[in-house]
Amino acid sequence: MAQDLGWKELPEGDTLKAGTAAQFHTGDWRSKKPVKDEKTCINCLFCYIYCPDSAVKVQDGKMIGIDYNYCKGCGICESVCPVKPVKAIKMVSER
Amino acid sequence: MATIKELSLQEDRLTGGHRMCPGCGAPVIVRQVLMAVKEPVVIVSATGCLEVSTTIFPYSAWKVPFLHSAFENSAATMSGVEAAYTSLKKQGKIKDEIRFIAFGGDGGTYDIGFQSLSGAMERGHDMLYVCYDNQAYMNTSIQRSGATPRGASTTTEPAGKVKQGKVMTRKDLTECMVAHNIPYAAQSVCGDWRDLTKKVEKAMSIRGPKFINVLQPCQLGWGYPMDKTVELGKTAVDTCFWPLYEVENGKYTISYKPKDKKPLVDFLKPQSRFRHLFKPENAQLLSELQADVDKKWALLQKKAECFGA
Repeated sequence: MAQDLGWKELPEGDTLKAGTAAQFHTGDWRSKKPVKDEKTCINCLFCYIYCPDSAVKVQDGKMIGIDYNYCKGCGICESVCPVKPVKAIKMVSER
Repeated sequence: MATIKELSLQEDRLTGGHRMCPGCGAPVIVRQVLMAVKEPVVIVSATGCLEVSTTIFPYSAWKVPFLHSAFENSAATMSGVEAAYTSLKKQGKIKDEIRFIAFGGDGGTYDIGFQSLSGAMERGHDMLYVCYDNQAYMNTSIQRSGATPRGASTTTEPAGKVKQGKVMTRKDLTECMVAHNIPYAAQSVCGDWRDLTKKVEKAMSIRGPKFINVLQPCQLGWGYPMDKTVELGKTAVDTCFWPLYEVENGKYTISYKPKDKKPLVDFLKPQSRFRHLFKPENAQLLSELQADVDKKWALLQKKAECFGA
């Protein structure tokens, strides 16, 4: 979790630097986490395009994993996964 | 039209770590819209879920120039930015091709921001306005808006002994925008990435005012499990509750015609805001809602026939 900023670090006015929300980790909201099955994933990237939290990592057109710093565990990636009969992304309890 | 792989090559212009609800449709819409734009882009957002959750002080989730001024004037603010750009370009101080996109929720677009949107469209600024329509004021806890469909229970018009949810029918904003005679107006959904990115790509190739109305399922306000956002968006299209179409210079095109039009109940059943409609005494209201959807779908098909290619 990002630390609270002191008054010296706060930006003047309400001008914010671009993309700084990346320092704020929302991963601890999660009660279930998505786990990818490397063997059955077909790299359709539906999980990437429908992820609300930009948490699906893609490199050169391949899905390479999930960024658990940002994933809030909504499960959209599991529900859009087209692999049958067993989905390539499964929601697993954090406990 | 770009494939999903081509879209994924671009760096994400909205970072994670924003504070939208898990399973929210709005960041999905924003990401898909920004993926479809190749040029540098300036964003303005009206006050709403998207604005407050992506720019919680001192963080910002936007990797593009972003401006917010008030609830009612995202279109007016964007007009100013675009006019300044046009002037600077004329003076030779800016050489880049820059695109302008304003975002607004249904509250900031249908109701509070309607006059500024109408004005910007009429003045012909070169901008795209994207409305993420979640059909109520979700940010302030689900008050009814002009976009709330008839029969939906909201905190200001709850279903109970006196009323069965909202009494009035929904405002048809896409048709309002068509009536502004703008070069491009369209309706899309969070749940069909191909349709949305295609429409944004098309809008970016057109100079002048453009408008896209995107239905965004809201897990909190609509009351459904958070992983069903995309599925519910698709059901809204398959039941013709939210038809996908575009109007280019007055020419209607239906982007997607469901092979088997599903009954409206398929869309209403998973949502707790429509739960009261399934009581036996509300059967009449339910059939009226279905008849309303059928009527609008038939009208749209007629329009596509008369004003189509």
